[in-house]
Amino acid sequence: MIKMKDLAYVRTYEKSQGSLIPLLQETQKNFGYLPKKVLQEISDYLEVPLSRIYGVATFYSQFRFEPIGKYLIKICHGTACHVSGGINISQAIREEFGVQEGKTTEDGSVTLERVACLGCCSLAPVIMINDKVYGKLTPDKVRKLAKKLKKGELHD
Amino acid sequence: MIKAVTIGMNSCGIAAGAKETYESVEKELEKRNLGIPLKIVGCVGMCYKEPIVSIITEDEIITYGNIMPDAVPKIVEGHIINGKPVEEWIVKRDWYEDGVRKTWDTDGYFDKQKKIVLENSGYIDPEDIDEYIAAGGYKAIEKALGMKPEEIIDIVTKSGLRGRGGAGFPTGLKWKFVRKAKGEVKYIICNADEGDPGAFMDRNVLEGDPHRVIEGMMIGAYATGANNGLIYIRAEYPLAIERLKKALAQARNKGFLGSSILGGNFSFDVKIKEGAGAFVCGEETALMQSIEGKRGMPRPRPPYPAQKGLWGKPTNINNVETWANIPWIIKHGWEEYARIGTEKSKGTKVFALAGKINRGGNVEVPMGLTLKETLYDIGGGTKTGKKIKAVQLGGPSGGCIPERLFETTVDYESITKTGAIMGSGGMVVMDEETCMVDIAKFFLDFTVKESCGKCTFCRLGTKRMWEILDKISKGKGTLDDIETLERLAPQVMDGSLCALGQTAPKPVLTTLKYFREEYLAHMEEKKCPAKVCKELIKYVINPDKCTGCTACAKSCPVNAISGEKQKAHKIDQERCIKCRTCYEVCKFGAVEIRDGYGGD
Repeated sequence: MIKMKDLAYVRTYEKSQGSLIPLLQETQKNFGYLPKKVLQEISDYLEVPLSRIYGVATFYSQFRFEPIGKYLIKICHGTACHVSGGINISQAIREEFGVQEGKTTEDGSVTLERVACLGCCSLAPVIMINDKVYGKLTPDKVRKLAKKLKKGELHD
Repeated sequence: MIKAVTIGMNSCGIAAGAKETYESVEKELEKRNLGIPLKIVGCVGMCYKEPIVSIITEDEIITYGNIMPDAVPKIVEGHIINGKPVEEWIVKRDWYEDGVRKTWDTDGYFDKQKKIVLENSGYIDPEDIDEYIAAGGYKAIEKALGMKPEEIIDIVTKSGLRGRGGAGFPTGLKWKFVRKAKGEVKYIICNADEGDPGAFMDRNVLEGDPHRVIEGMMIGAYATGANNGLIYIRAEYPLAIERLKKALAQARNKGFLGSSILGGNFSFDVKIKEGAGAFVCGEETALMQSIEGKRGMPRPRPPYPAQKGLWGKPTNINNVETWANIPWIIKHGWEEYARIGTEKSKGTKVFALAGKINRGGNVEVPMGLTLKETLYDIGGGTKTGKKIKAVQLGGPSGGCIPERLFETTVDYESITKTGAIMGSGGMVVMDEETCMVDIAKFFLDFTVKESCGKCTFCRLGTKRMWEILDKISKGKGTLDDIETLERLAPQVMDGSLCALGQTAPKPVLTTLKYFREEYLAHMEEKKCPAKVCKELIKYVINPDKCTGCTACAKSCPVNAISGEKQKAHKIDQERCIKCRTCYEVCKFGAVEIRDGYGGD
C-alpha cells in the first residue's frame, strides 16, 4: 500500500510542467513503476490533467506501468548485438523464462526488457541482469545463465 | 619510480570486468604496503583490450591489456616490485618528447589516429578536476574570457568545426545566430542523447573527460550571451550522469561555474536533464519539448531554436563531441585546427567501431582518412577472419557502404555521396554472415518503434516498408515489392518533418543500391546468401563430421536431435526452432546451415 507520506517528495519539486519527467523518473526509482495513485498526486500538484501525464509517460520507453520482477533482464538489440546474433540470444531467454520481452514471469521474479543499445558494443551480444553486464554470449551460454538464475545461484 | 597505477573504468571497461581487476590490484598494493596510489581513468579507446591496467612512471606509461584478476599478482610482482615490465601483456607505451605525448601500441591501433576530443580519455581521472586542470584544462575559458564574444565566434567559424551530431551544420554560424538573437535569457544545451544503436562515442567522452564538455559549454555560453546551460543526457548512461554531476559540483567549488566566473562579469551554470528513452529526442526541437515536460515530438522550423528555443528563448544546441572540440580550438587557435582534415570537413571525428570488427572501440581519426585505413589499419579487419562485406554508418539514419567503396574518405561530403551519412559516429562492420535484407529490416524495425507518430508518412510509411522487407526475408517477396519500396522511400523522406523520417529509408535504399542481388536471391531463389533469415535456412548434421559426442543433443532446448552415442546424430526438422545452439556447441563443425526454404 502506498501511503501519503511516501508521496511527500512530489511536492518538493518546482510547480511547473518542466518538473514532470524528473518527477516520473523519481517515482519509478522509488516504486519500480508508475502507480496510478502517484500519477494522480503529481497531476493534482502540477495542475496538469492525468490524461496528459499518461500521454507523456507512455511516450517514453523508460516508463513502466506494472511492477517489475526481482531480476530485470535487459536484452540488447543494438546494431552490434544484432549482427553478432542478438536475436538468438533473445529467443533463448524468452524460451527459458516463458515470457515475451516487456513482460514479467507469473511468479513475479523475472522481467524481460528490450533495450535499443547498452553501449557495450565490443562485448556483443550482451544482456544486463540488474546492474551486471554479461557479454560475448551464445544461446547455450545464456541458457546456462538462465538456469543458474532460476536455481538462485546467480551472483555468487 | 612508480607514480601511480590506473585502471580504465568506463562502462565498457566495467562490463569487461575492470571492477574485479581494480579490487585485485587494490588488494595486492595494500598487502605489500607500497603506498602507490591507485586511480581510475576513462577509456583510452581500446575496448577490445579491456580490462586495461597502466603503470605510470616519471617518464612513461606502460599499459597492459585483457588483465583479469588472476594476472594482477604477476604484474605487481614483476613490474612494481622487481622493476621488470611483463612484456607479454604490454599493449601500449606512452612517453613524452618535448612535452608532447607519443604513443606506441602492439597493433598500430593509434598510428593513424589524431587525438583532440579524446586527448585526456584514459589518461586522467575523470572524477578529479585537478587532473583536468593539470592537463591544461580550464585554460581555454580563461583565454576566452579575455576576448570579445564576436572574436570567439570568429575563431570557431574559421576553424571549420561542423556539428558532430551528424548533420554537420557549421558551429560558428549557429552561435552567431544566437548571439544576434534578442533576449535577456538565452540557453545553451549539450545534446547527450546518444541514441544510435551501436554508437558510444559521447558516452566515453562524458565518462572519461566530463570537464572538457563543461568547459566547451562555458565558452559557447560566453560567446552567445547565454547564462543557463543544460545537458540532456539519456538515462541509460548512469555512470556518465554520475561523473557529470561530480564534475559540475567540483567546477562550482573551484569557481568555474556560478556568478562572476574567474572574477569577471560572466555568470553561467549547468543543469542535468535526464532523457527518458526516446530516440526522436535527439532532434533538437523534440529535445526541447522533452525538457519542457511534454511528449518529445518535433515541430516545424522556422522558428529555429536560435530565435525561439527552450521556453521560447534563444537557444543553442550542440552535440557532446562538438562541445568537446571547443577548448582545443580556443587553446591552439583556428589555424591549427583547420590544418587537420579536408577542404570542407575540418578536424577529427570520433567513431565507435563495432560489429564484426577485430579491434572494437573508440577511435579518433583526422577527417580525410579513408574507410579502408580506418577499418583495416586501425580496426584490423574482421575478428571472424572473413571478408568485410560492408560498413554501416549513421545508424538508422545512415546507410551501408560496400567494401568496393572503401577508398571513400571520411568527410561529410564524400560519405553523403555514397548514400550513407557521416552520422554521429557509429561504424558497424558486417561480414559475409550478415544479411543485408535483414539489416535493412532491423533498422526499419527501429524507426517504426521510434517514430513519434506525428507525420503520416513516417508513422505508416516506415511500417509498410518494414512489412515488405519482412515478406522478402521470408522468401515471399516479388519484384513488385522492390518497386514499391523504391517508390515509398522518397515519399517517406519528403513527407516527414524531421530527420528521423527524412532519413529512415536510407538503410533500405543503400542496401538496395549496393546489394540488390541479395534481395533478388531472397525472392527468386528463396535463398538467404548470408544464411541468416530463419525461414530460408535449415540446420543439418553432416554425418561424415559428426562424432556422436552428444553435445548438441544435450543442449538442444526442444529435444530435436537424436542419435546413439558415437554415431552420427540427426536433427528433426519439424521440431527444430533454428535457435543456433547446436551450431555453436558443436566442436567438430558438423552442424551446417544450408538453404532450406520451407515453402508456403
